[in-house]
Amino acid sequence: MAVDQPTPAMAGADQSRIHDIGYRGYDGPRLGRAYARRSLYSQSLRGAYGLGRSVKSKVLPMLLFAVMCVPAAIMVAVAVATKAHELPVSYTRYAIIMQAVISLYVASQAPQAVSRDLRFKTVPLYFSRPIETADYVRAKFAALASALFVLTAAPLLVMYAGALLSKMGFAHQTKEFAQGLVSVALLSLLFAGIGLVIAAFTPRRGFGIAAVIAVLTISYGAVSTLQAIAYTQDSTGAIPWIGLFSPITLIDGVQSAFLGGSSAFPGGVGPSHGEGAVYVLIVLGLIAACYGLLNRRYQKVGL
Amino acid sequence: MVRITTFEGVTVIATESLSKRFPRVTALDRLSVDIGPGVTGLVGANGAGKSTLIKILLGLSPATEGRAEVLGLDVAAEGAAIRERVGYMPEHDCLPPDVSATEFVVHMARMSGLPPAAARERTADTLRHVGLYEERYRPIGGYSTGMKQRVKLAQALVHDPQLVFLDEPTNGLDPVGRDEMLGLIRRIHTDFGISVLVTSHLLGELERTCDHVVVIDGGKLLRSSSTTDFTQTTTTLAVEVTDSDTHPDGTRAVRDALHARGVDTHAEAGGLPGAGHILLLTATGEETYDLVRDVVADLGLGLVRMEQRRHHISEVFTGSDEQRKEAVGHGG
Repeated sequence: MAVDQPTPAMAGADQSRIHDIGYRGYDGPRLGRAYARRSLYSQSLRGAYGLGRSVKSKVLPMLLFAVMCVPAAIMVAVAVATKAHELPVSYTRYAIIMQAVISLYVASQAPQAVSRDLRFKTVPLYFSRPIETADYVRAKFAALASALFVLTAAPLLVMYAGALLSKMGFAHQTKEFAQGLVSVALLSLLFAGIGLVIAAFTPRRGFGIAAVIAVLTISYGAVSTLQAIAYTQDSTGAIPWIGLFSPITLIDGVQSAFLGGSSAFPGGVGPSHGEGAVYVLIVLGLIAACYGLLNRRYQKVGL
Repeated sequence: MVRITTFEGVTVIATESLSKRFPRVTALDRLSVDIGPGVTGLVGANGAGKSTLIKILLGLSPATEGRAEVLGLDVAAEGAAIRERVGYMPEHDCLPPDVSATEFVVHMARMSGLPPAAARERTADTLRHVGLYEERYRPIGGYSTGMKQRVKLAQALVHDPQLVFLDEPTNGLDPVGRDEMLGLIRRIHTDFGISVLVTSHLLGELERTCDHVVVIDGGKLLRSSSTTDFTQTTTTLAVEVTDSDTHPDGTRAVRDALHARGVDTHAEAGGLPGAGHILLLTATGEETYDLVRDVVADLGLGLVRMEQRRHHISEVFTGSDEQRKEAVGHGG
């Protein structure tokens, strides 16, 4: 370290009074853009769970985290006690069942990640430093996606640990666990992207929360209603195509086509491999589009 | 093109025919100016192009034409390197209310590339230097305007830059806060060794703080000179005296006596209460002050006040009346 505080012992030995030591410059290392981006990432990731923020802002994310994990723990306990050979819910289904909790988490944390900086006009302070727009967007995107991954992967880990404890088939469980992880990773990226884009266009936090919830739940509500109608009218061919229009059904489609998941669509009519390819393309396209939109948004905010 | 002599032969900021045109407005119009180390005031009415200039100098907004260098680095090509070496204090609010000054400034120090331990240490130092003590652990939301301005200043200084851009740092401050801020700005150069470019729409408050003043208007350079030049050529003295039995109208007596010694005076304009009792005269140097003192003493009158009048931005305009009126309207 280039600048050292004089230790009390040293100061005490020489003189008994405290002196104003005046201004001292800094000639230590300056770690540049990549370091600043990492710092912003870790600060945002911690912030997504209320760490380094007020007690009040820890309550909701921690509560949602607990709500995500408790059902998994109960399931594991039951499976171990009854010596079941299979977990009652598969790894890929878990996030779909808990989607309301995940949506709430995105709605509460995406605005806190980006709207605050916009609302309090802190953004210019970032861009007057070495980092660029893309660094800021990448750090925020990665932070929220990581936070979501922690939220969605933690219960899967609980389930996996429980499955191994109750001596269910190791190879089988590991494969399904890995598929589950891939699925929640995709879900994390997609939800983080959608949440951040909406939040970045609504500087008022309240509006951001409402808008994220609206987009995630209304689209799901509309899609599942249409799918149910299609099912009762026996036009099952349409069901997979309707599923393309809401984030959670997109993830459902991808995993039932490629990740061994069973579909939650009415009648269990998941997309075929061909249709599944469209699902994958759309999910990846949406993630890229969110990233692009965020970059464009911050180009404009500038200073 | 106006070339300006740099002082001490070093240039911190140099622009050459720098222009910035937006579809409807020309924010900067072929601005060429050299700025040396020290405290430099950038004066102009609102919308004169001050903030646009700072944006270009930070490498955040490309110039339409011309070029600029900051600390010898080209703004178009080496923006990131410039931003590592300079600090920026924006005009507007930029502080989140729910974190403490310490947390906020530490975070901003890390954003400037300081390692965690150094960031914490520099934050403690910097906040102390700008005059924030115990309150730095409390959330910023509860701070006064003056304290917030200090936090904004601290985040611009925390990484020990070679140059800071301060955009209207005295905005919203009361007279005492204003003086404290100006004193602090002075110290940034004298004690910290950091050059300062400070903007204001009030020339008066800058002339006490700055070594050099650059005046721009409508994106054009109006004037660039050292502050001593400014005060020597344009200082106006306001003199007010008491009346006595021998001189029932003390003001008139002093005026006559000064006229007798060849000093022109003029009455205060504006029709303010007591305006007739204030004499305005142009100080040409130290001797003018002595002369006034002697004249008043000889007449046996009491000298109520003798002060330098603040310059209004309009005083540096040499152009048409219209321009002057506009400046008065904006500069208030």
